[in-house]
Amino acid sequence: MARITLDHVAHSYLRGAGASADYALKPIDHVWRQGRAYALLGPSGCGKTTLLNIISGLVIPSEGRLLFDDRDVTRLRTEQRNIAQVFQFPVIYDTMTVAENLAFPLRNRGVDRAAVKARVAEIAELLDLTKVLDRPARGLTADAKQKISLGRGLVRPDVAAVLFDEPLTVIDPALKWELRSKLKAVHRALDVLMIYVTHDQIEALTFADEVVVMKDGRVLQIASPAELFERPEHTFVGYFIGSPGMNFVEAEVDGARARVAGQTLTLAGRYARPPAGSSVRLGFRPDHATLGAAGDLSVSVEKIEDLGRRRLARVRLGQQRIFATVPDEVSFDGDAARLTINPERLYVYVDDERRPAEAA
Amino acid sequence: MDKPFDNRAWLLVLPVLAFVLFSALLPMMTVVNYSVQDTMGANNFFWNGDAWFREVLNPATEMGARFQGALMRNLAFSFVALLIEVPLGVGIALCLPRGGWSVGPILVVLALPMLIPWNVVGTMWQIFARADIGLFGAALTGMGLHYNDTQEPISAWSTIVVIDVWHWTSLVVLLSYAGLRAISDAYYQAARIDAASRWAIFVNIELPKLRKVLVIAILLRFMQTFMIYTEPFVVTGGGPGNATTFLSIDLVKIALGQVDLGVAAAMSLAYNLITITLCWIFYTIMTQQDRRGAA
Repeated sequence: MARITLDHVAHSYLRGAGASADYALKPIDHVWRQGRAYALLGPSGCGKTTLLNIISGLVIPSEGRLLFDDRDVTRLRTEQRNIAQVFQFPVIYDTMTVAENLAFPLRNRGVDRAAVKARVAEIAELLDLTKVLDRPARGLTADAKQKISLGRGLVRPDVAAVLFDEPLTVIDPALKWELRSKLKAVHRALDVLMIYVTHDQIEALTFADEVVVMKDGRVLQIASPAELFERPEHTFVGYFIGSPGMNFVEAEVDGARARVAGQTLTLAGRYARPPAGSSVRLGFRPDHATLGAAGDLSVSVEKIEDLGRRRLARVRLGQQRIFATVPDEVSFDGDAARLTINPERLYVYVDDERRPAEAA
Repeated sequence: MDKPFDNRAWLLVLPVLAFVLFSALLPMMTVVNYSVQDTMGANNFFWNGDAWFREVLNPATEMGARFQGALMRNLAFSFVALLIEVPLGVGIALCLPRGGWSVGPILVVLALPMLIPWNVVGTMWQIFARADIGLFGAALTGMGLHYNDTQEPISAWSTIVVIDVWHWTSLVVLLSYAGLRAISDAYYQAARIDAASRWAIFVNIELPKLRKVLVIAILLRFMQTFMIYTEPFVVTGGGPGNATTFLSIDLVKIALGQVDLGVAAAMSLAYNLITITLCWIFYTIMTQQDRRGAA
């Protein structure tokens, strides 16, 4: 198994859906590659779980094709796909011991006893479950149960992908970190494709090689965590990733100049005049906007928060509120200050989508 | 903070105490009173000690034999009724749709028998089971079966069992259905991913999750079948012979038919203790298993 391909996959839970709003998942094309860790990130109800269930076969998409390598598996039943899934709440079989739980998927597929035993021991070792193998599974803590759920997925040697549906929701905060690093270790050890659904950006950014940001059933951007932070393709990505999120200010853009709250700012590149009636905004991270005595734009400071590692100011630019970084050596007497924005990290968004600069 | 201390608060408990006294304790004490006395009539009672209890609990005596016979018949009846109702109820609950418009009507239809009063059920079945004009009885006779619920012990027995199954299986269905609906979808999805068979899903997911509601269902059904009175009273009158004379039927015969108040009182106390003890044992076993699993 090398890759999983989504070929124009879309899904609606309504029959005969027509309008775009009827779709829980809007058409998506993507190739998931072997051995990589992906995260599906987005707010509740954005279609992450639907996408996950399509891959595992619990939901059959209303449109498009799903390929495992070159084999079309769109209509193949869940148990015939080599997919493992770990759910939000730990699912264990109450009547069985930990070892029996781990062996269950193999037994159901008719693997012989000696092979089952060896494989269960191997997976238990990987997940630190060896000591509790003979215990009844239902007496264990939530994180141990979640490890069993994970183990049941990993125990099949031919597993193509392991899917996680917000697996840390019910885990004690102190143990979350531990379990997450366990997942990373398992990923490295088994070289398996992992897809991890979450609404927690820290979980997504620390776990994944690539993050898929979704909203309202639409994929907004698929990129590495650094890329998502440095170059959001959509205003929602900028706003959702980072704390605080990206600043967006309304502006008029013409060529290499922008007018913001009555002041003029020079951009790094030239931009075509956006169509009339479209919403035009400039986006920049608080990390790339610094307050000082000199700078491009005049702003008024409302509040400065000392976050320990850095100082962050809430400032007003015309009528719009934004966040900016305050360098250590700078101090203010009144509330007037000037703002400098790194032009390389300043982007133009037209109707929420990032507009690339024209080639020079 | 200091708790206010005032003995007048006891006065607030008095209404409840008085209510329980009149509704439960005093009637119960009259039974206790009868059970240790004998009378020659004319409302003259004299102390009889534990003689009635000795008689009732000794199968060598006539009353003891009667009590033992009725107890055994009753236990057998409860056992058979539970053996049919519980698996049947769980089975029906498994077949019901998990959602959709049909669930409401189906549950209402299933619940209908439970809404019918006991004596009405008895009367309905008394007519229904008649070989000449009853649909059930006539159909069985028409098929060439030797069926007569007033003369044939086996017919009478199975009629009472069928009535109870008809009347109360729905209770098990409703409880099991509620229990099944409470199982999260993730369990079924995980089972599909693990390629579990339908039987494996039932044994490893559904049955363990149904345990708690089944404890309630079995307790309720056991108590009710163990105290069954109206159906045999109306349909068979405890006969033919004493084939369907269960404990409560026999008790009424002795107390109100023969006016043997002392024996009847001793018997009803023994009956009461047996019911409570069996329920307690059953409940303890079920909950202890639970606790052991959680530890």
